[in-house]
Amino acid sequence: MTKLLDIKGLTKRFGPITAVDDVSFSVDRGEVLGFLGPNGAGKSTTMKIVTGFLSPSEGAVEVCGHDVAREPMAIKRRIGYLPEGAPLYGDMTPMALLQFVCKLRQLSTEDTSRGIDYAVEKLHISNVLYQPIETLSKGYKRRVGLAQAIVHDPEVLILDEPTDGLDPNQKHEVRELLTEMAGKKAVIISTHILEEVEAVCSRAIIIAKGKLVADQDPLTLQSRSRLHNAIGIRLPVSQVEACTAVLNGLEKVTAVQTSAQVRDTVELLAVSANGLEILDPVRTAIDAKGIHVNEIFVERGRLEDVFRDLTFEVEGLKARPVIGSEVENA
Amino acid sequence: MHSIWIVSRRELSAYFTSPLAYIFIVIFLALAGGLTFFFGAWLDRGQADLQVFFIYHPYLYLFLIPAVGMRLWAEERKSGTIEFLLTLPVTTGQIVLGKFLAAWVFAGIALALTFPMWLTVNYLGAPDNGIILAAYIGSWLVAGGFLALSSCVSALTKNQVVAFVLASAVCFVFMMSGVEIIQSFFRAWTPQVFVESVAELSFLTNFTEIARGVIDIRDIVFFLSVIGVALFVNTAIVEAKKGV
Repeated sequence: MTKLLDIKGLTKRFGPITAVDDVSFSVDRGEVLGFLGPNGAGKSTTMKIVTGFLSPSEGAVEVCGHDVAREPMAIKRRIGYLPEGAPLYGDMTPMALLQFVCKLRQLSTEDTSRGIDYAVEKLHISNVLYQPIETLSKGYKRRVGLAQAIVHDPEVLILDEPTDGLDPNQKHEVRELLTEMAGKKAVIISTHILEEVEAVCSRAIIIAKGKLVADQDPLTLQSRSRLHNAIGIRLPVSQVEACTAVLNGLEKVTAVQTSAQVRDTVELLAVSANGLEILDPVRTAIDAKGIHVNEIFVERGRLEDVFRDLTFEVEGLKARPVIGSEVENA
Repeated sequence: MHSIWIVSRRELSAYFTSPLAYIFIVIFLALAGGLTFFFGAWLDRGQADLQVFFIYHPYLYLFLIPAVGMRLWAEERKSGTIEFLLTLPVTTGQIVLGKFLAAWVFAGIALALTFPMWLTVNYLGAPDNGIILAAYIGSWLVAGGFLALSSCVSALTKNQVVAFVLASAVCFVFMMSGVEIIQSFFRAWTPQVFVESVAELSFLTNFTEIARGVIDIRDIVFFLSVIGVALFVNTAIVEAKKGV
């Protein structure tokens, strides 16, 4: 795999505020990197530097082997970028906008028509191609923004909150598009939607207050959750008391959480000590007592928990204990 | 060069997709004509020339040109499209120049649409068309100078109204730097050399020369230098204000 994007010691200061603080990571071809962090953590700033909009205070950014400070043009040609909020010229039609972008990117006539056809088809915007962008719905605007980012078939795709404001169907389409394009490119998406990371990302980076706090694949990240390997059990209300007693009696179970009642059933969640596998002992114990259960499953862990654990502390909020491995800098 | 042209074309079409272009042209033509006929008493002068038509141009430009230039950068910053534009493979300088040229061409179109005045004067008498051509060039240069200043000021703010008011003020200073108000302001506390060089910067003085039909290369160089410096500063402002 080739490194398409390489960031080393990136720091960006705005006066006394350090927006990005010594961040280093790289993205290979074929990777889809989820860029996570609370609002104001420095995600957008990092993306703005990588795309050549802002210049870094310190550190180096290389895209396809070109340095962003020395060869900004070479980098801009290779990147497709969707800025946050997908700002576009409202007075233009999507067709005029795409042609404008292709011309500034100096694509040949052939590449232009191929690129526009591809982007229009993939993002389903053919029916609004000749309407002024300002008259389009939020979802269409976002898709036009995505279309201009992929129209030149860039090697590196940087999308700042690409699915923000889209309905669930549109989100699904965008995720499919990302998965489809992933193989040939390096993709970075920033998002607040953690299920998106599980759905499309091969790797996730979490930053908080400008600092990198995690750089792992989503599965590993999930395993850092306090709920990793917890056992979920759905069972009739009548069995809850007996089952809770059994679970509390097990050595490796640290806590049992009870959910709200749904159609005469309740879901119990037996939290595992240190994320150990406890499926077998739980099943044996339940069977031994002859408790009837409707459903039993192993919780992989919730990214949301990990996200909160990792960012709470840095943000200066009340920290929650992290179960699993230590916070590490990649 | 090619990129400048592409940016320019988009910008020019942006003028014509909004009502601004049409309102501007109609008001410019109405005022330019009205001032000539009523204040300049053009028909009563009994002279086949366009002197009284051109002398009002700098005053018209004083508030009409900032209206054309105010959106150039303020709008771009307000809507966030500046980020989209500056991450395309084109330099800030190219965009500054492209935007300015679009606005200047637009002002040129408005100016060219005053051609009925020229037709009329040629129908009524036998004017010196060389002088008229020189005055048209001079008028367009003044518009260019004001536009470059307006574009520069527009890059300072996200608010178009602020850009408009500030640009008008800056244009006023540049236009009137030869007249007594501004001169006496500087004379009180600056050396004579400075006062004289401020007077040299006056748009009005330089324009009057050209409008009389005397195309002095120095006057043209003056306007082109003002445009050049203003656009250079404009580029620096855009670069500096990107992250804000």
